[in-house]
Amino acid sequence: MKNKQKRFIFLLLVGFVGLLTALTLSVVIGAADISFQTVIAAIFSYDATENTHQIIRNIRIPRVIGACIVGASLSVSGALMQSVTQNPLADSGLLGLNAGAAFMMTISMSFFPSLPYIGIVSFCFLGAGLSALLIYLISTFNQKNAFPLKLILVGSAVTVFLSSVSQIIALMKNVGQDIAFWYVGGTANITWLQLKWLMPMTGVGLLGAIYLARSVFLLSLGEETAKGLGQNVPLVRMATMIVVILLTGISVAIVGPISFLGLMVPHMMRKLIGADDRLVIPLSALYGGLIVVLADFGGRMLNPPFETPFGAIIAVIGIPFFLYLTRKGGAAK
Amino acid sequence: MGNFTIENVTVSYEKTEIIHQLSFEINKGKITTLIGPNGCGKSTMIKAIARLLPIKAGTIVLDGQKIQQYPTKELAKELAILPQSSTTPEGISVSELVSYGRFPYQKGFGSLTAEDKAKITWAIEETNLTEFAEQEVDKLSGGQKQRAFIAMALAQDTDILILDEPTTYLDMAHQLEILLLLQKLNQEEGRTILMALHDLNHAARFSDTMLAMKSGQLIALGSPQEMMTKEILAQTFEIDAEILLAPNKEYPICLSYELLEKE
Repeated sequence: MKNKQKRFIFLLLVGFVGLLTALTLSVVIGAADISFQTVIAAIFSYDATENTHQIIRNIRIPRVIGACIVGASLSVSGALMQSVTQNPLADSGLLGLNAGAAFMMTISMSFFPSLPYIGIVSFCFLGAGLSALLIYLISTFNQKNAFPLKLILVGSAVTVFLSSVSQIIALMKNVGQDIAFWYVGGTANITWLQLKWLMPMTGVGLLGAIYLARSVFLLSLGEETAKGLGQNVPLVRMATMIVVILLTGISVAIVGPISFLGLMVPHMMRKLIGADDRLVIPLSALYGGLIVVLADFGGRMLNPPFETPFGAIIAVIGIPFFLYLTRKGGAAK
Repeated sequence: MGNFTIENVTVSYEKTEIIHQLSFEINKGKITTLIGPNGCGKSTMIKAIARLLPIKAGTIVLDGQKIQQYPTKELAKELAILPQSSTTPEGISVSELVSYGRFPYQKGFGSLTAEDKAKITWAIEETNLTEFAEQEVDKLSGGQKQRAFIAMALAQDTDILILDEPTTYLDMAHQLEILLLLQKLNQEEGRTILMALHDLNHAARFSDTMLAMKSGQLIALGSPQEMMTKEILAQTFEIDAEILLAPNKEYPICLSYELLEKE
């Protein structure tokens, strides 16, 4: 356990330094050429009449915070779902939670176009919750034992169904462009007003996840083992689901349905530190945030002034690395 | 302190009744073993006693209190259960796994207290896993892995240990190793042990009381000498067994057996 703890602290430190570096780079370097001094000035002696200060304060900083939130939220919700369902393939993308949140977002834009931001976010939560409920009902009603594979099948079906319905509604209501704009914009149009809601919610979600980590890992040892150790299994499942819905809803509200991140990051962390969620969840939050900030930065740098969606960057760089780790197998000693 | 009274207990899976009005008593400080053919309800009974399964009728009383009335974590401080199968996630060290045995004692975000750490170290020593403490559970041999799970149950620090076929999938030497460990825990620390076993000779050698079940009902209950008889084994397993007293030992063994002719 001592070696593990040292390793954990080392990985935490590396992650923090990496995240700080990535955040600094992302804020300092961008399409507009702004000097480091100006960045410092924009942060510590803000002058609203200065255009460059505006860019730093109101575009770049909210953007990197948003990227951080998305990365941390999706990675942690993936880690939680994988342990609770004892299914290594579980993540909010494959289980249809992203699609559910995106579906409800389409509904809100189609039928309640003048809703304030928090209203849209609430619709996203509702959508993620709807998917979760749907999957829970379909996959537990019939047989119990086919659970792992069935969960993924049902999730995929729910995803395709809800995305199709979303498309139809978007076309009928002629909001397709608004939604596409929202998603393509990704992290770019995040405002402080939105962050004012999203930051505390993410904080609550992540703290909840860290609090649940021990129980969630116990559940991954098997329901009987968990019960035998005095765990209230239904309560843990329910609490985990609420945290997952919260984190997924937040991410979709910011950047739309991003797949694979929630699958990839927790598995990478398990390869590095083992399956204990007490260690996996904090590391997933940290490295998930780091990966998305880097990918978002890369997306801006690749072909300026045009932006490449960070999801594509993650897929192109992250997936080969992920496959390499999977092939290597087992956590390092 | 670990006296179990099971009275008229009925357990069902969905609509099928598995256990029919079973009554017996488990004495503290003793090793009690359930024997019986596959599907006789041993596992179900064990799960019901550990409250992993709800009972449909009857009462299970531990120390004068119905187990249904125990708060979940309080019950987990009284009895530890080792289910027949547990998932072993990748990359978990023995000491990490064993630390989860302290779950019922932890609150909030709480990290391990000095007492927790002492119990974990003790449980690892007791199961002879000290040199493997930092190794990954999924890379250990079957016997070591089983010992790691027993260590987790020991870290739970309960007077009662319940084990569902703890020797399954192990070779002869490792089976014996596990049973000797349980015997040591029983003799040196007075822990009450309840388990289900398939091997009659193991049951006879290590148990104070044997309990034969068939089709969810109790066939007989008694000391190994009382239980290892032609009649009881015929009734329980439908076998014709030859029983001897082990040379220089006090326990009976089943030397050989044939299937009974079906009438």
